[in-house]
Formats: sequence, structure tokens, C-alpha cells
Amino acid sequence: MTAVRDSAVRIGLIYPELLGTYGDRGNAIVLVQRTRWRGIPAELVEVDAGEPIPDSLDVYIFGGGEDDPMEMAGAGMRESKANIERAHTNGAVVLAVCGGYQLIGNRYIAADGEILEGIGLVDVETRAGSPRLIGELVAAPSDDVNWGEFGPPRALTGFENHGGRTSLGAGVAPLGRVLAGGGNGDGTKTEGVLAERIIGTYLHGPVLARNAELADRIIAWVAGSIPPLEATLEQSLRADRLDAAMVRGVHKWWRDRMLARG
Amino acid sequence: MTASKRTRIGVAAGRLAGALSRTLTRGQGATISGRVINKIAPNALEELADGQRVTLVSATNGKTTTTRFLATALTTAGRTVTTNSTGANLTSGIAPTLAGAPGPGDAVLEVDERVLPRVIDPLAAELLVLGNLSRDQLDRYGEVHAVSESWRTTMQSHPGVAVIANASDPHVVWAAMPGKVTWVALGLGWRSDAATCPECGALLTWSTDRFDCPKCGFAQPATDTVLDGDTLVLDGTRIPLDLALPGRWNLANAALAVTAAAHLGVDPTQAAESLKSVTSVAGRYMHVPLGDGRSARVLLAKNPAGWTEVLRFLHRRDTAVVIAVNARVADGKDPSWLWDVPYELLRGHENAAAGDRRLDVAVRLRYAEVDHEIERDPVAAARELDGDEVHIVASYTQFSALYRKYGGGA
Repeated sequence: MTAVRDSAVRIGLIYPELLGTYGDRGNAIVLVQRTRWRGIPAELVEVDAGEPIPDSLDVYIFGGGEDDPMEMAGAGMRESKANIERAHTNGAVVLAVCGGYQLIGNRYIAADGEILEGIGLVDVETRAGSPRLIGELVAAPSDDVNWGEFGPPRALTGFENHGGRTSLGAGVAPLGRVLAGGGNGDGTKTEGVLAERIIGTYLHGPVLARNAELADRIIAWVAGSIPPLEATLEQSLRADRLDAAMVRGVHKWWRDRMLARG
Repeated sequence: MTASKRTRIGVAAGRLAGALSRTLTRGQGATISGRVINKIAPNALEELADGQRVTLVSATNGKTTTTRFLATALTTAGRTVTTNSTGANLTSGIAPTLAGAPGPGDAVLEVDERVLPRVIDPLAAELLVLGNLSRDQLDRYGEVHAVSESWRTTMQSHPGVAVIANASDPHVVWAAMPGKVTWVALGLGWRSDAATCPECGALLTWSTDRFDCPKCGFAQPATDTVLDGDTLVLDGTRIPLDLALPGRWNLANAALAVTAAAHLGVDPTQAAESLKSVTSVAGRYMHVPLGDGRSARVLLAKNPAGWTEVLRFLHRRDTAVVIAVNARVADGKDPSWLWDVPYELLRGHENAAAGDRRLDVAVRLRYAEVDHEIERDPVAAARELDGDEVHIVASYTQFSALYRKYGGGA
């Protein structure tokens, strides 16, 4: 049953020109459309770089970015930290991907030791590492109370491309366990972070386009009970990507070289 | 040109490897051929470029066409021209091109953005033509800033090399600034990868025709050479660009090529006129027969910047569109950029999603509320669509496969 809301669900895409290197806009598009297709009004709110982040949004989407833009995004997020925290306390959802994931944590420590302070929304810390983790990433979601009434979604697929090594603080739940790829990359075989209405992840794709079940959980966190929505095409894509991630190692390297000839 | 025995053997072995590659794997052969040459004769590039006045053309998008335009302008003017017309633009692809030179003259070479710094010295390049930089194959090549930084370092160590560069692209401007530059204002295009100042990291401000950094003063350089619609204003002279190739992006390619031709001593008006004869460039814009009396025109679009230009062109036409996307090594293995492309512009057209990653395309189109068919093979997909005009817009390896099959590509 659709929750009664007196206003449209406000999906916030934060600093798209800074944190949008990997198709991150797609996560906002998926949330807006899957909300609207259920008959619930939704609007996309873009917060431009240099602007304060308001406390009036229902979902805060932080994407990934290059070094300079990420530094600038971090500065803006720190200035608006109180607004983001207040919104979250009042029921808003935070989805943070890659660079955005690093910035909702405590800090990011670059290869040269320089520290980029995050907003400390979750107790995680990231250090620059080597090699860069690039490729298909599959994670089995944690069986955690924070998923809410639907329980965890099925295995999540995405594409990772980052040099971060992210470690979770004591008692902090990961988004999932790595089945293929690197994920948090800190040797714990975990991927991302999950807290109450907060998801941090290295899954690009964009992650919500590849994992409709995850998108629907986020919508439910905001809009309450939601009717089911057909997702045959999205599930076909997810199955296709899970297949692709199964083939790994030398065999995969050789196959890709053969496929890429010319 | 007097090549050493070592170089001649290297080139012969490379050609053999190339022929084997073409026979056994139906690859284009230029890359393996060049690798063998480099292995046997590491100084081959220096020797082979001896006697050639070398111009290097590089950009994320448009380098193959710009190279073809410039080579055409020079050839029409009676010059002896050597050029890598198959688009083999890596170190290993350039050697066989030069080995096939008909004699001393002008070498117009397309070069991959990341390879440019490595070949400028061995080739003793005299002119660089720098188009645009945007995100492409992020999994393989990293982010845009790294490329512009490597170009800038190259410019700093080569202050004497002449450069023709796009004044409207912040990454290109920052990279070329230390050089001896003729700026061409091509008009603002894709700006999503240039939000911050390459010099100081502050937010750039954009107006309708220029960009500025409010903090450090980095800005679009002033120039008398401007692309104004379909006219190139070159030092005050208006030169019409009447092309057979479609799209605003080809006018930009042509503007760079004509400016470069003028620098190399060709009359710019004659150079511009010669470009009309270019109707297809290494398979780009070729027509593929659909077997039902219709044909589909093939466009190459490799990244969000290229796609956005192509869509601006297509959405005004009454055309069916096949979106054929792979994500193999040469395409970049992460097609998440599909979500940065305004496919909403295709609403109301007949469309199909094709290629290895047709499901990624189809999901993108579903969320753009764009109707579409799904069919792996792009030509079969084109056949399913109604309409007199059909375009197949293909990612790199999809495009290469079509070129090999229908374009007479080697």
C-alpha cells in the first residue's frame, strides 16, 4: 500500500558536475522513475557545486569524481554537514558511491599522506592503495536489520574502478560480502557499508540500474510500503552481469584479449 | 629515405605478422605488425620519419576524421602525403604507416592521446593538432585530468613545436598553453568533464561562448580564428566549410584541419573546398545494405561527449536508430556512461538496442521512456525497424566489426 505523502519524494543529486564521473546520475533517474511508475510523485533536485546542500531532501545521492572535484565536493559537504545529518535523522536516505562513499566516512588519506576530511556520517576510513581495483564486482548483501521489512536484496552486481582501501569501524556492517572483485579492498572481503537508511558502496553500473531490488528498498525507506513493480528487463541485465563476473583470472584475460582484437 | 637493414628487416617481419594476423584472426593487422617492428628495430620510428615533415593529430573524439581532412587538403594541394588511414594510432601502428611512405613529404599522423608524449621526439614532430579531451574508457585510461597533464608536460619540454589547439576546451587549453599555439575557438561542447579549473581546482564559470576561472584567471584564450556556424573565420577571412560529412562535430574537425593546412602553407579556401570530397572515413558514415532495398548509415560514438553530439544531430531527423554497444577492452569495460547521455532525445523514433551490452542499453532506454527493440546483431536490428532512414550508432568494437564486414576494412 502506498504511504500517504503530502508532497513529492525529493531525490537529491548532489554536485553532479563534481561527483558524476561514472554515470552516477543514473541512480537518481532510476529512483525518480521507479517512484513515479508506482503512482507516487517524485522530483529530481540537482544541487549544483558551490551551493549549500539543503536539509529538505528525501534522498541524498553522492557519486564518484576525479581528485580536484572530489576535494571541492568534500568542502561543500563539510559545510552542509549539519543539514545532511538533520535530514537523515528526520528520515532521509543517503546513497554514496565510490568517491561519495569515501566522503561520507571519516576521512580519505591520499597516497602522499594528504588527508581529505569526510563528514563522518558512517565510521569508515579510506586510504589510497595500489593497484586500482577495476572490474566487475559482485557482493552478497549482509543479512542485517537495517534492510527493513523486505530483508536483504539478492546478490548485487556493479563495476568498480577505484584505488580506495576502506576499513569499517568496530560494529559497522558492510553492505555485503565480496563474491567477485575487490570491494572495500582492505583484506576483509567486504564491500561497502550499510547503516540505518545509509548505503555506501563501490558498485557503479550505475548500481541502482543494475539492481532494481536495491532501488526498491531505498524507495521503501522513504515512501513506506510500496506496491511491487515489474523489473524483468532489469533482472535480465543483472543475470547477464552475474554471468560475466563468473569468468575470471587468466582465462578471462585471454578471452577479453581475443574479443578485443583489431 | 635510407632505412637501415635492421629497420628494413623489422618492417618486413612486421608486415608478415600483420598479414598473418589478418588471415588468422581477421584483425586489421597494423598493431601486431608495429609491435614486431619495434621489437626488432627500436629506432625504426626515427629512421622512418626521416625526410618527413610530421604533423600529429590527437583528441578524444574526431582525430581520425581531422587527420583525413588534413591529409586530403595537403594531397589536393599536390603534396606527397603519408597518413595512417586505418586509424592505427598507437606507437606500433605508426611504424608500418611510415614504412609505406611513397617518399619524403608530409606525414599526417593520428595518434592516441596517451601515446602522443612518447612519439613526439622519435618522429621529430613539427606541428600538433589538438582537438578535445573528455572521459573515455575510464577503466583503461584513467580520468581526463591525467591525460591533459601529460600533454602539458610534453608542451613544457617542447616550447618550439607549433600547436593548433581548440580554445573552447579547458583541458586542451591548459595542456597546450605552454606551447607555441594558434588557438581555434570551436564553440563550447561537452563540458561535464571540466567542472573545475585545471590550474587551481576552483569551479569554472561558463557563459554562452567562453569559460573563465574566477579565482586564478585561467580562461578561454582570445583568438581571431573562430568557427562560426558552418564558416571558419581564419585571421579575419571567412571560409565556408561545405562538407559531405554530417554533424556539427565534423565542422569542428574541418576547422582544425583547415587551420593546420594553412599553417603548412596550403591556401585555406582551397583546403576547405577539398574537404567536400571526403564522404566516409575508415568506415565512419558508410552505408550498410539491409537487404530490403534500404541501407543504414553507420556512425561511431565511443563516449558520452561523442554520443551527445550524435544525438543532437539524430533527434532532428526522421530516422530510426540502432544503438550498438559493446564493452570490450577497446571500448572501455564500463558502459555506465550510457546514463550521462540524453537518450530521452530519441522519444518518438524507432529504436533498437544491440551489441554485447544491449541489456544495459535497453535498461537505460526504459528509464528514458524510449521505446525500443532488443536484438544482438545491429544489422538485423536495423532491418526490424520501420522508416526510410536508419542510423546504426556503434561503439568502437561494434563499429570495427561492421567495417570489416561491410566497409572493405582490412
